[in-house]
Amino acid sequence: MPEQARTLLNVSDIACHFDLSPPLLNRLLERRGPQVLKAVDGVSFSIPRGTTLAIVGESGCGKSTVARLIVGLYRTARGRIEFDGVDIGKLDRKAMAPLRRRLQMIFQDPYASLNPRWRVRDIIAEPIRAFALLSDPAAVEARVGELLSQVGLSPADGAKYPHEFSGGQRQRISIARALASEPEFLVCDEPTSALDVSVQAQILNLMKDLQRRLGLTYLFISHNLAVVYHVADAVAVMYLGRMVEMAPVKTLFAQPRHPYTRLLLDTIPDLEMSGRTRMPVAGEVPNPIDPPSGCTFHPRCPFARERCKAERPELRRQDDGAAVACHGVEEGWIPEAPVGSNVVPLVAHRNNDLQGRSKA
Amino acid sequence: MSTQPLLQVEHLRIEFPTRRGTLVAIDDVSFHINPGEVLGVVGESGAGKSLTGSAVIGLLEPPGRIAGGRILLEGRRIDDLPPPEMRRIRGRRIGAIFQDPLTSLNPLYTVGQQLVETITTHLEMSPAQARRRAIELLAEVGIPAPERRIDHYPHQFSGGMRQRVVIALALCANPRLIVADEPTTALDVSIQAQIIALLKRLCREHGAAVMLVTHDMGVIAETADRVAVMYAGRIAEIGPVRQVVKEALHPYTRGLMGSIPTIGRDVERLTQIDGAMPRLSAIPRGCAFNPRCPHAFERCHRERPDPLAVGATRVACWLHASESMTETGEAADA
Repeated sequence: MPEQARTLLNVSDIACHFDLSPPLLNRLLERRGPQVLKAVDGVSFSIPRGTTLAIVGESGCGKSTVARLIVGLYRTARGRIEFDGVDIGKLDRKAMAPLRRRLQMIFQDPYASLNPRWRVRDIIAEPIRAFALLSDPAAVEARVGELLSQVGLSPADGAKYPHEFSGGQRQRISIARALASEPEFLVCDEPTSALDVSVQAQILNLMKDLQRRLGLTYLFISHNLAVVYHVADAVAVMYLGRMVEMAPVKTLFAQPRHPYTRLLLDTIPDLEMSGRTRMPVAGEVPNPIDPPSGCTFHPRCPFARERCKAERPELRRQDDGAAVACHGVEEGWIPEAPVGSNVVPLVAHRNNDLQGRSKA
Repeated sequence: MSTQPLLQVEHLRIEFPTRRGTLVAIDDVSFHINPGEVLGVVGESGAGKSLTGSAVIGLLEPPGRIAGGRILLEGRRIDDLPPPEMRRIRGRRIGAIFQDPLTSLNPLYTVGQQLVETITTHLEMSPAQARRRAIELLAEVGIPAPERRIDHYPHQFSGGMRQRVVIALALCANPRLIVADEPTTALDVSIQAQIIALLKRLCREHGAAVMLVTHDMGVIAETADRVAVMYAGRIAEIGPVRQVVKEALHPYTRGLMGSIPTIGRDVERLTQIDGAMPRLSAIPRGCAFNPRCPHAFERCHRERPDPLAVGATRVACWLHASESMTETGEAADA
């Protein structure tokens, strides 16, 4: 199937649960049951080769956990992660090794992700040595120099230590390290959120250039919708461990359907200074250990009805390629957002019950 | 303007003596804030925006010290006050809100104890009166069930709720000025919007002026009346927010605005300012921005520009030197 051949990563119904239960003795004495945090609970998506899928959401929605599941830093509780047709969720370390070369990760914090005691050239050469890609020291050095120039640094920078670089330059080093094993797929977990805007622009431009030149596929995790608009081909919106909406980037921003997506779009500070008044929606993300019943967004949702409290909506495909998990959208009781604008009058009137129990 | 500004900062200079010589972190910064006005201070990390805020509230960390200039609050000089007197002003006349709500609250005391302590320190009130006022304040900042929540500890609040408590603390004594240093940076976007709306409403109701320090141009565009853009310890441009956001004069501000990704603006590449802000130990001669400036000419390498008035804006850039004095009108370029 040609469709299959174009897909590089296919994730179906993955879940990741963390056991937060108190020790057994406490549980017996305090008569408490086990506590499980469902950080990711049934997420599916696929990424065509050479494109970027962005996952957006607020803290605690499970977006970083998805990233870590895919590169194998966490184990899945269920579901399949297929990379180029191989189910990598089940592979052990040894069997995973040849695939790991093709799949690398860039982390958020460029200060914590580089070993301060290593010279930059050793940091970048580590994947080359680990995967035994080159054996000749001179060839390794040449390759490191090439990688440094590729990310806009000079080969001479290889002799320096990470502390001699600014945040943006360090993120360039992280990118060079990720590229060292010639991967096809990069998982980028908030790669620019620790950076200043002008430096963010440099890194985003660099990432787009590299994608075009090397045909890379990205999974881009971010909380910043404007950044996502700029880099992504498709966007998935997550809320409390589940996907609430997924759509091609233009569709999502022109016609957001899920009330949570609309809320997110509505809360972005407006640089255009159109003078529109934003309706800040009250309430906060509930505690994921004890998520609300039914649709987990219902306590904050201005359109919620009885069905939303009882029944969890499934992600359903729409005509234009978008997929939405919302009873209201499915049954048509939510007014459509006007096309081309993200201004939706969201009236916050039913949020008090949520605020009352925010972590009390 | 005929009314006296609430806060005047004149030729402020902050130095850090180090073993390798003195670093000038803030150099000749002047601005004022009128009563009830929101002044946004933006810049990238290291531009000196937080340092300016710390100097205003008198909490400059040693070895940093004010080496020149003055700070006046309601016409009275406050930068040379002895610490006990400054302590009375801080809290009573100037409230402060910091970035991380968890570190600005004491985890060992209930929210109520902290509010009552602040209130009784600054206002003549009995503990019972202070507690009533504390409950009012919590209700005002939008904390549900304040009678109950007042006896909770900070860890029992979520991030957004904690920041509301911090705002309540800053408002305890009805200060005339609030210095808010990155008040929304640690929060999620949907919470961010709530906090910005709250800050705006409270300042309007209390008539307090705000110095809003942030790196987020979007927050400034939504909140501020005027904005100061800082670069390498100096003000590059200061003016009405609409003017600065829409028609920036300084090449740095223009680059900064272009580098912000915007929904609905389709560009293949973002505007990129190459290079990075200079270190304090290596601020270039002349205009500090000249190595990164696409329009730099000979004078920029030689002479340091002072902020000059162009319309309602003041801009520190030689490109606009001619406009500020006469009408030659050739300096503006794309």
